[in-house]
Amino acid sequence: MTERIVELDVLRYDPEQHSEPHFQRYSVACQEEWVVLDALTAIKESIDPTLNFRWSCHMAVCGSCGMMIDGEPKLSCHAFLRDYPGVIRVEPLANFPIERDLVTVADDFFDKLSRVRPWLVEKQQQTLPGGEYPQTPAQLMKYRQFSMCINCMLCYAACPEIALQPQFIGPAAITLAHRFNLDSRDDGREARQQVIASHEGVWDCSFVGACSEVCPKAVDPAGALQQVKVASTIDWFREHLLPGAGK
Amino acid sequence: MAKSDKPIVWSLFAAGGTLAALLAPVLALLLLLAALGRPPALFAYATMHAFASHWLAGLALFVVIALFLWHAAHRLRITLHDLGLRRDREVSVLLYLAAAGGSLYAIFVLLRFWSH
Amino acid sequence: MSRRPFVRPVSTTRWYFRHPRYLRYMSREITCIFIGALAVLMLVALDRLSRGPAAWQAFIDALQTAYAAPFLLLILLFAVHNASSWFNVTPKAMPVQIGERFLPGSVMIAAHYVLWALVSLAVLWFAGVH
Repeated sequence: MTERIVELDVLRYDPEQHSEPHFQRYSVACQEEWVVLDALTAIKESIDPTLNFRWSCHMAVCGSCGMMIDGEPKLSCHAFLRDYPGVIRVEPLANFPIERDLVTVADDFFDKLSRVRPWLVEKQQQTLPGGEYPQTPAQLMKYRQFSMCINCMLCYAACPEIALQPQFIGPAAITLAHRFNLDSRDDGREARQQVIASHEGVWDCSFVGACSEVCPKAVDPAGALQQVKVASTIDWFREHLLPGAGK
Repeated sequence: MAKSDKPIVWSLFAAGGTLAALLAPVLALLLLLAALGRPPALFAYATMHAFASHWLAGLALFVVIALFLWHAAHRLRITLHDLGLRRDREVSVLLYLAAAGGSLYAIFVLLRFWSH
Repeated sequence: MSRRPFVRPVSTTRWYFRHPRYLRYMSREITCIFIGALAVLMLVALDRLSRGPAAWQAFIDALQTAYAAPFLLLILLFAVHNASSWFNVTPKAMPVQIGERFLPGSVMIAAHYVLWALVSLAVLWFAGVH
């Protein structure tokens, strides 16, 4: 195992001491197989215990450690030091307010997630003796890809429309709504459409596609949003050309 | 939160985009050949006039021109917003009026062939 | 402990220079200007055609002036860029599920290119270009 001295430029911000964020350079000895999260942990343990950052699983399933690494939204547990030969620039996830150091304020994201009613709305009231919801593998495959989202917010950091129009509900939330709309057990599409087919919903999306490029779970939110546009358009024509047919 | 009326312009944009993807390159090529001094046989006055006078060709030409204009109008609206111009209401009215005007003028011009 | 979240400003006019993928997006979007220009050119052509042989010939002559060919080449290049980027993303909007599998995107994209080639060749043949 070879060691390497890695240099990181980390954006620091302490609301009690600073009026605005500033970069701080760290030099830390790292093993060659480490990820950026390991480097940050080494800094916190041996150099600067005041450095703040979120993390949990260290294996790209929890979605906690998203940050900007050399200007690209990435999970810090998924960014290998061997891929960054020079000084590594580490900043909190873009398009979110900075709470402190690399920790962002994610309230807006979670608010948007809950607005799309991300739960099964039952077709009929099921009782326990009534048994399970049967679902074939084909019905599962219809929405499975979109259920893989780990809420890491990288797509919100990548999306320029989120930056330009903060009220945009955003890729992950709309993809989540689409996941439930496609679920054969669900009957909540009409209610969700009120949210995602509105001006702050899917129509703020201009199909840049950055969200799908940065998604660590290959959820393809850009594809989901285009599918929502198509479905919403068909809805619109049905409602306007065949009044009463939608009800 | 009301549902947006964007679907109507988006479907015109999508239809225009698909048509533009399939036809714009070859149509641009025909005009480029004419510009390079080698106009295709269709561009001889008599042939072209006969072509435009046929109702099916006229309809096709109208659909192509109109959908290209609507596609460009909607996409330009989004692009101007992306470029920092924050007057979406005025921009969209202006662009959609231009597309509508162009489409109407296309009908007007094509009807001239029909009356000959 | 007091909270004072810091909002980083984003340039509304120059944000697309921050990453190559945003520039690629912009290059796709501005193809629309050239599609619009092509439509206007076609409209002008039909207008001149409707005014008789002299007006039509004047239009053809105007096409052969110095600026027209480079401009038309630009239109052609942006039209091709629009076509390839359009075909690459269309399958995402219309997934085709067969049983438990989905038709691969590459198959749908290839089908679009084949259709594009057929349509282009048909138009060229119809226009008398050999």
